Amino acid sequence: MKFNTGLTAGLLILGLVCTRHALAEQTILNVSYDPTRELYEEYNREFIRHWQEKTGEKITVRQSHGGSGKQARAVIDGIPADVVTLALAHDIDAISKQSGLIPADWQQHLPNNSSPYLSTIVLLVRKDNPKGIRDWDDLIKPGVAVITPNPKTSGGARWNYLAAWGFALKKYEGDEAKAQAFLTRLYRNVPILDSGARGSTINFIQRGIGDVLISWENEAFLALREYGQEKFEIIIPSISILAEPPVTIVDKNADKHGVRNIARAYLEHLYSKAGQEIAVRNFYRPSDPEIARKYAHQFPTVNLFTVNEVAGNWQLAQHIHFSDGGLFDKIYEYQ
Amino acid sequence: MSNHKYHSGKHHSGKRHSVLPGFNLALGFTLLYLSLIVLIPLSAAFIHTAQLTWPEFWNTVTAPRVVASYRLTFGASLAAATVNAWFGLLVAWVLVRYPFPGKRLVDALIDLPFALPTSVAGITLTAIYAGNGWLGQYLEPLGIRVAFTPAGVFVALTFIGLPFVVRTVQPVLEDIEKELEEAAAMLGATRWQTFRYIIFPAVLPALTTGFALAFARAIGEYGSVIFIAGNIPMVSEITPLLIITKLEQYDYAGATAIAVVMLVISFILLLIINLLQWQVRRRSTKA
Repeated sequence: MKFNTGLTAGLLILGLVCTRHALAEQTILNVSYDPTRELYEEYNREFIRHWQEKTGEKITVRQSHGGSGKQARAVIDGIPADVVTLALAHDIDAISKQSGLIPADWQQHLPNNSSPYLSTIVLLVRKDNPKGIRDWDDLIKPGVAVITPNPKTSGGARWNYLAAWGFALKKYEGDEAKAQAFLTRLYRNVPILDSGARGSTINFIQRGIGDVLISWENEAFLALREYGQEKFEIIIPSISILAEPPVTIVDKNADKHGVRNIARAYLEHLYSKAGQEIAVRNFYRPSDPEIARKYAHQFPTVNLFTVNEVAGNWQLAQHIHFSDGGLFDKIYEYQ
Repeated sequence: MSNHKYHSGKHHSGKRHSVLPGFNLALGFTLLYLSLIVLIPLSAAFIHTAQLTWPEFWNTVTAPRVVASYRLTFGASLAAATVNAWFGLLVAWVLVRYPFPGKRLVDALIDLPFALPTSVAGITLTAIYAGNGWLGQYLEPLGIRVAFTPAGVFVALTFIGLPFVVRTVQPVLEDIEKELEEAAAMLGATRWQTFRYIIFPAVLPALTTGFALAFARAIGEYGSVIFIAGNIPMVSEITPLLIITKLEQYDYAGATAIAVVMLVISFILLLIINLLQWQVRRRSTKA
């Protein structure tokens, strides 16, 4: 009992000290998606230094990560996010529509459709590519196990799906029925659907499941860096999708916390040379043309198409492919 | 548990006014507490569902993918609870009846599935049963795949349900009077007859309680299952995952509709189990 009282008092004091600490400093919360952990850890250090240099204020940046859809829902449900940096525009649209915390025209507020960094979808295979995977076609071959998360819950998985969809549309010259059959065969080869991209990466890399991982380019490079080039290879498909992960201020939260100027600077600094360099170091493609030229050799040239080219826009893509009863559900319901 | 028998004996003597004071206050507190902790949150689920029209509700809760998930959730939970009922009884028997070195340690191990965060259980089981895991590497060549199949769901639910049966049966077994068994033996009962007619009826109410608890726990289990299930629609997707999936598509009404169905089915099943148990108990106290 004595121990318990001591412990409680200790925790209380610790709690008080922590809160005091937080009160003394301005804090912003960045709610982000799965594979940006490493990116924002590095970027937050840079921004805190930059902000102190500029204003003399010491600030704290907290970050939260998870599947993009899950994170958007958390914001709608009341996580006090000051900025969101998610995997796709549709999730921020959802926050705007469901909660009114963000104005509907948020995407016009920052340059480049509010996407400071870009990425694409590539294929990660085991060393020496034992199944001979070269392109999207090879994923529908019998006996190839494909790892990708569930597009209903994962933003990355939606990019994966649409990348394959874009390939199929091109291959079958716009015949949507054939493209749908292609995707059906592809998802038949998927043994596990994780709820987020990081879960799929772990299953592929650590549990040794599957022959190919459909992955964010940055996640694939990160896997090579963390687990070694002797174990995995990146395969660049003939065409893929241009992924534009967007960022924005959660206006009403930021105003309520009195941190709008910090939140705005936090996002704008992502577009600066320093921010772009950090994006590159974490394997995101920079949006700044000058930095892009400087690091062109690091990023393989891929023929990229956009969401709008293959699905109209995100609203339509969501409605046709991922809503309940949409094309993705049909893949599983009519076997 | 033997105390319980005396209580239930008293209930049968009718609605006589209780000599124990404080009934009104205690009942009032019970109702308030139950309302705050259980009823109000659950009624929110029903109210949320009211956003849907009847046809919408019906379409949501009978979509093929949802029905497939009920089958997996309730089927695997039932199977896991049944296995736990038999093996839990065996474990309790061994712990109560035989002295052996390390007994305290084994006894403490039983509670681990209670204490462990369920996600830890899920990750551990997945690591063991995956194709490159300790057990998986031997099972997979035999054509037995556990991780990422419905079998994995069953394994996880069995794991988390184990303590319920052991912990409910154990005290009852401990309380059974030796004299009963001695009397049975003296009257010429075989060992099997003693177990079948003396011991088993005595532990049966506790066993059904344990079974019901393990079953109920398994239906609601999320954390450990999602890691090992594979989560393929129509095959290895459990109902709680579907609820989360709906939420993540901002379909709050749809998610609560499925939740309400789960709630109603679970409640009916638990009610049936409780009624059965009540009957068993009444018979055993009359005898």
